[in-house]
Amino acid sequence: MLQIAGWKRVLILLVCLAGIALSLPNVFYGRVEAYNDAARLVEAGGQPDAEQTAALEGWPDFLPSGLMNLGLDLRGGAHLLAEVQLADVYESRLDGYWPEVRDALRDVRDQVGTIRRQDAPPGELRVRIGEPAGMETALAAVRALAQPVASLTGVGATDIAVRAEGDVIVVTLSEEEARATDDRTMQQSLEIIRRRVDEAGTREPTIQRQGADRILIQVPGIGSATELKELIGTTARLTFHSVVRRTSDGAERGNADELLHPSMDAADGGLFYVLDRTPVVTGDDLVDSQPAFDQNGLPAVTFRFNPSGARAFGVWTTQNVGQPFAIVLDEEVITAPVVREAITGGSGQITGSFTVEEANRLAILLRAGALPAEMEFLEERTIGPELGQDSIDAGQIAAIIALAAVLAFMVLSYGLFGIFASVALAINIALIFGVLSLIGGTLTLPGIAGIVLTIGMAVDANVLVFERIREELKTAKGPARAIELGYERALSAIVDANITTFIIATILFTLGSGPVRGFAVTLGIGILTSVFTAIFVTRLLVVFWFERRRPKTIEV
Amino acid sequence: MRLRLVPQETNFDFFRFRKVTFGASVVAMIASLLIWALVGLNFGIDFLGGTTIRTESTQAVDVGAYRDALQPLGLGDVVISEVFDPTFAPDQNVAQVRIQAQEGAEAVTPETILAVEEALRNVDPSISFPSVESVGPKVSGELIWTAILAVAASLAAILVYIWLRFEWQFSIGAIAALVHDVVLTIGIFSLLQIRFDLATIAAILTIIGYSINDTVVLFDRLRENLIKYKKTPLQEVMNLSTNETLSRTLMTSGTTLLALIALLVLGGDVIRGFVFAITWGVIVGTYSSVYVAKNVVLMLGIDRDPKKPSDAGTQFADVDA
Repeated sequence: MLQIAGWKRVLILLVCLAGIALSLPNVFYGRVEAYNDAARLVEAGGQPDAEQTAALEGWPDFLPSGLMNLGLDLRGGAHLLAEVQLADVYESRLDGYWPEVRDALRDVRDQVGTIRRQDAPPGELRVRIGEPAGMETALAAVRALAQPVASLTGVGATDIAVRAEGDVIVVTLSEEEARATDDRTMQQSLEIIRRRVDEAGTREPTIQRQGADRILIQVPGIGSATELKELIGTTARLTFHSVVRRTSDGAERGNADELLHPSMDAADGGLFYVLDRTPVVTGDDLVDSQPAFDQNGLPAVTFRFNPSGARAFGVWTTQNVGQPFAIVLDEEVITAPVVREAITGGSGQITGSFTVEEANRLAILLRAGALPAEMEFLEERTIGPELGQDSIDAGQIAAIIALAAVLAFMVLSYGLFGIFASVALAINIALIFGVLSLIGGTLTLPGIAGIVLTIGMAVDANVLVFERIREELKTAKGPARAIELGYERALSAIVDANITTFIIATILFTLGSGPVRGFAVTLGIGILTSVFTAIFVTRLLVVFWFERRRPKTIEV
Repeated sequence: MRLRLVPQETNFDFFRFRKVTFGASVVAMIASLLIWALVGLNFGIDFLGGTTIRTESTQAVDVGAYRDALQPLGLGDVVISEVFDPTFAPDQNVAQVRIQAQEGAEAVTPETILAVEEALRNVDPSISFPSVESVGPKVSGELIWTAILAVAASLAAILVYIWLRFEWQFSIGAIAALVHDVVLTIGIFSLLQIRFDLATIAAILTIIGYSINDTVVLFDRLRENLIKYKKTPLQEVMNLSTNETLSRTLMTSGTTLLALIALLVLGGDVIRGFVFAITWGVIVGTYSSVYVAKNVVLMLGIDRDPKKPSDAGTQFADVDA
């Protein structure tokens, strides 16, 4: 008859207890958060101060301390969706090829004649040769430079495609290489953004790749999206070039192997530098950078090269004593000092017209490394912390009122069975929070709505069963049999109804983003836990009661 | 004494006015589509691109003064509206400033936002900006497609699931009810000009989930009764099933509505549109389960050939809980 095996009873109770234990930390959110921060510090080998020691004692070690994350709309913070300009990288890759191409063609100069780099659209390197008859030789020489593609998918392919257009050699990246490059660019961008955000010291940022060329960045607690953009939107590409000449004409067009960049210093008033396109050293060779002050007490940034960078810089400065060189940051010349003596130590200092804050940020950016490509921001959202707190408060009140109303309604309608359903509902809510904490899920404002909706809908499975028991009682088979049949016959409706809702939650999760996804998660978890509590927990309570009292008749 | 929403035994004839009720549903759907076509939806920045800035101040909101302050910035279409909510403190005055997507820029530039904030601060020094959101036209275009895809995928998934678990007639009936719910929701959003954004799409999908839940419970009972009463005419079996599940239908809608109304009144203005959509959907969805889904099944008829007993739906019956 009405029986549940002993081990099942234990299992059901254990799941409920685990749910309650896991959800408990969220009740003391602030305290547990402080505890977790302090614990992380200790684990990393740090020495907690008085406040952190107090935080460590504020929460017992044996209790779970996992918290659900609060979404940006509840905690406040900034959200950015950036698109990485992947094609930018092709250009610098091809620029890097130019010296090699030039040297290779020089070796066969007697057959190809003069070599001149031409202006080219982005993604192409164009070289005109003096003797069109020697094109075959030239092409062979350039093709010999091609390297195998270093990726799993591009096995057997080479990195550059070379073709002739009249007397011009056109070098482009091969399709496989472009794909491999895109992938590398995305990985690098993600890594560098992560480092920059970490350097700024914020808690639990989300940095995710989305699709082929997008990155989603969510940083809780930061003041505004503008602030975040300043930190991660700067490419921070630092290069050292030799200066060809200075000019005041911003429209001057030099050779194809020269660059024209403006001076960053406003005091120079419209000064431009013509630079050698191939940099002597780049920021990739930097190992450290710190804010400092120069001998005049002005803010400056120090840097140190790795051995290969130091060597390249040393060789170049030895050969170019008395010549100016330019330090270029993101296509602007910070400063263009004259080389007084060979710099072989591999370290130096950049002085410009910085404020202390700018020097600080530049040092962070240089330390974290340059972004391989520029980013365009497609979406940005800032939510203030007060607005988030208001939403939490409003959601809490609404949830409590909703819960009270539903409980009263259930008890009035089903009496003792309504009380069982209410206990199950309370356990259900604990389970939702427990699972959210366990998987590190994020609670968003629509997520709170999802929980409130679950409170309303969770009783549905119970209602189905209770209504069914009522019906079965009419046919007078005795209470135990009626309860059993009630559960049995309501099951197919419960399962079908919840599977369809679960399908919707899955679709929402797959296609949604941000808050909508948070809603899908709570809805999905809510469906699972409400089916569990209705089928197992309420039933267990009914069975416990039935075994004790053995009623001859029951009223549902 | 127990609270009973309906008497223990009911014997309503749900199909007595089936022409009227079904006709009313069709008329409501056509009206919704007309309003949608004529008035249009009040799309949020998620779908249109642009920027919204929420302002909060201890002084009363003067929409005219805000507009005059922003006029010289030349930002194109600027909409300013005051926000009211019972959860606000007495000296909490909130307004929403919406700026159209700017030509040639994906997201709004920080300079634009600073200029807007500066201009508003000149009008009201105590003003603060609790949230600033900006979506570029590229993303908003994609979001529309994702939204349409989400709704279509949900309908398709449900069509297939109901088909597998029941009969194709049930599947058509369920989808008809869902389309009815979605169209009426779009209609009321067009009529009341409530902001339609990504959260509204999530709400529509929830409505689909809730409504199908309701429909499936009815269908489940219908399936059971069709096996039990093989000789009874379809309409009578349907009536019986609806009467048997009526108490449950009203209980569940009742508890859900109780929870939603609490959220609607006390949940704050940020999610009001979202909660309103779901509340509306619960009401419409409950109605459509009874009056649209079953009417469609009744019109299509069910093959009740006793030689092919349907075994669908019994595979869960012996699951041991």
